[in-house]
Amino acid sequence: MTAEEATSGTNTGRWLHRAVLLPYLWLLLFFLAPFLIILKISFAEPIVAQPPFTPLLEWSEQGFEGVTATFENYTFLFQDGYYGIIYLASLKMAAIGTLLCLLLGYPMAYYIARQSPRRREILLLAVILPFWISFLLRVYAWIGLLNTRGVINDALLWLGVIDQPLELLYNDFAVYLGIVYSYLPFMILPLYATLERLDLDLLDAAADLGAKRWQVFLDVTLPLSMPGIIGGCLLVFIPAVGEFVIPALLGGADTLMIGRVLWDEFFISRDWPVASAVSIVLVLLLVAPIIWFQHIQSREQEAGR
Amino acid sequence: MMRVGNNGWVQGEPLVRPSNGTRERPGPPLVRIEEVTKRFNGVAAVDRVSLDIQRGELFAILGSSGCGKTTLLRMMAGFEQPTSGRILIDGVDMTHVPPYERPVNLMFQSYALFPHMTVTQNVAYGLKKERVAAAEIKARVAEMLALVRLEALADRRPARLSGGEQQRVALARALIKRPKLLLLDEPLAALDKKLREHTQFELANLQYQLGTTFVVVTHDQDEAMTLACRIAVMEQGRIAQVGTPGEVYEYPTNRFVADFVGNINLIEGRVTHVEGARLKLHCESIGAELTALSEESFAPGGAACLAVRPEKIMISRSRPEAPNHNVLKGVVWDLGYFGDQSLYRVRLPSGAVMQVSAQNLRRSASLTVEWDDEVYLSWDVASTIVLRE
Repeated sequence: MTAEEATSGTNTGRWLHRAVLLPYLWLLLFFLAPFLIILKISFAEPIVAQPPFTPLLEWSEQGFEGVTATFENYTFLFQDGYYGIIYLASLKMAAIGTLLCLLLGYPMAYYIARQSPRRREILLLAVILPFWISFLLRVYAWIGLLNTRGVINDALLWLGVIDQPLELLYNDFAVYLGIVYSYLPFMILPLYATLERLDLDLLDAAADLGAKRWQVFLDVTLPLSMPGIIGGCLLVFIPAVGEFVIPALLGGADTLMIGRVLWDEFFISRDWPVASAVSIVLVLLLVAPIIWFQHIQSREQEAGR
Repeated sequence: MMRVGNNGWVQGEPLVRPSNGTRERPGPPLVRIEEVTKRFNGVAAVDRVSLDIQRGELFAILGSSGCGKTTLLRMMAGFEQPTSGRILIDGVDMTHVPPYERPVNLMFQSYALFPHMTVTQNVAYGLKKERVAAAEIKARVAEMLALVRLEALADRRPARLSGGEQQRVALARALIKRPKLLLLDEPLAALDKKLREHTQFELANLQYQLGTTFVVVTHDQDEAMTLACRIAVMEQGRIAQVGTPGEVYEYPTNRFVADFVGNINLIEGRVTHVEGARLKLHCESIGAELTALSEESFAPGGAACLAVRPEKIMISRSRPEAPNHNVLKGVVWDLGYFGDQSLYRVRLPSGAVMQVSAQNLRRSASLTVEWDDEVYLSWDVASTIVLRE
């Protein structure tokens, strides 16, 4: 910003500050505060009471008694191999789901970005359209499709392709299907945004300098769409790791995902401190890729885009 | 073959270039375009164009936007396929050969530098795709960067270069593979005026040093005139005229070229008298008889269009004593002073307006001819261009 802009923009600048303050307050209130509460509980011990954990700060009639904090919940998480396995399983499922989204979403985004502006609008609308229906409802709909007596099995049986209904539901396959189906738009949109901005002259230039079509893709298209790939992958991966609804509704008994474990710890075992520790570790696991992404982006900007 | 001297492409070096024409004209043409037509959705962008471009020539294709010049260029590069016709490069039919297999490189109007690569990586790209050995790539890139004076910026990304520097990177990248033919799409359009004038001489010098055949596509007639050995003027997908800058300017063969290249006064007339090459015409619009010379045969009564360049007309306040001149009388209606020259618009009694430009040869704060002066316009009969309708 030049000095001129800065002085002439003070009035709008102040308004902008106020306008930005509101969402920040919102985040502070409804994200940071619950996070701190969970963090606090993760250092407590479970007791049979209401609420079911020991307070962090002890107060008596004499006043402040001291701080009771324990790392036991965390040591428990690390000593009990069960949680480690589930974390890894969740990361694995989210990673594979993200990869599937990328492999499916990239050609789709590429195709859409190369259409005429009018067709692009229609195709993008088609990508966004499922959002108009409740997420929960859409996942439920898959049960109706994948059931042993569901639409797909019925159709295949009727066509004579199979004579035994396929086990499509309550397994990892169904969870991957659910993840890909639910999160594909989050992959396509950022990919589309970078691919649509891609200067087509660059592709011609590479071809002119002797690159075959696949070399043009590897040398030019792919590196220049990297911001979209990273953005899309994070948008899919992060919510997919903590996903609860999809594994709960479509997954089998052996589908281990951290979202379900969290639910079980909170509401079945009623061990709030361990459940809180589980979520804190999850947050830490997810913060790492975000920081990495920020780092890449700032480096990208320094290089002059 | 590329030769790069130590003093390669240095500023201020005198221009050692034949004024017009190529160095070696004879021999088969490097590029032969045969009856090429390109239709987009049934509309002909390029319409039955035939053109020969000689080896070592700096050839310009001049036309306004939408005349088909860029489509023609893209067909030479291989990005578009002709609907019909053939394109031969160095005697080989290249009509359907993909861009990556042609001995042709293109410098894009937008430069199309790879933003994620440094200057060196951009320039080296073509050689890498050719699988040239790493040591040779290094040497040739260094040589090329020296040629375009970019050694100091070798590790920069394109976004951190000025427009002129980007243009030079694009040029270096397009020349590194030593193409038989270099195509340049509006090479100077993105530069500011001062830099453009400077760069066009550099470009012409570089072409002369390397001996590579250049084809420049441009909408800017000054650019075409100063750069090119020969110019093809295009109009609505067709070639209106091919010739040296002098031929195109002084001897346009049709009304479009006469009007498109430079300023000109166009006067409709009817032939009244023919005597050898000497024509007398009656021009209704200016209410006068004019004389012109033409090698083409005209019959009395036929229509013709006379054209006179503004700088060919002399303006004076007294009646000039000049035989073999056309003389008209009028009043200065408008005048523009540009320092080195003045542009007059003179209204004739019939109401028609003639453009006249005059060099300000003598130093004087006041002009000898001013607004509302009665003046005589005269020009040599031989300077009159006769165009058939």
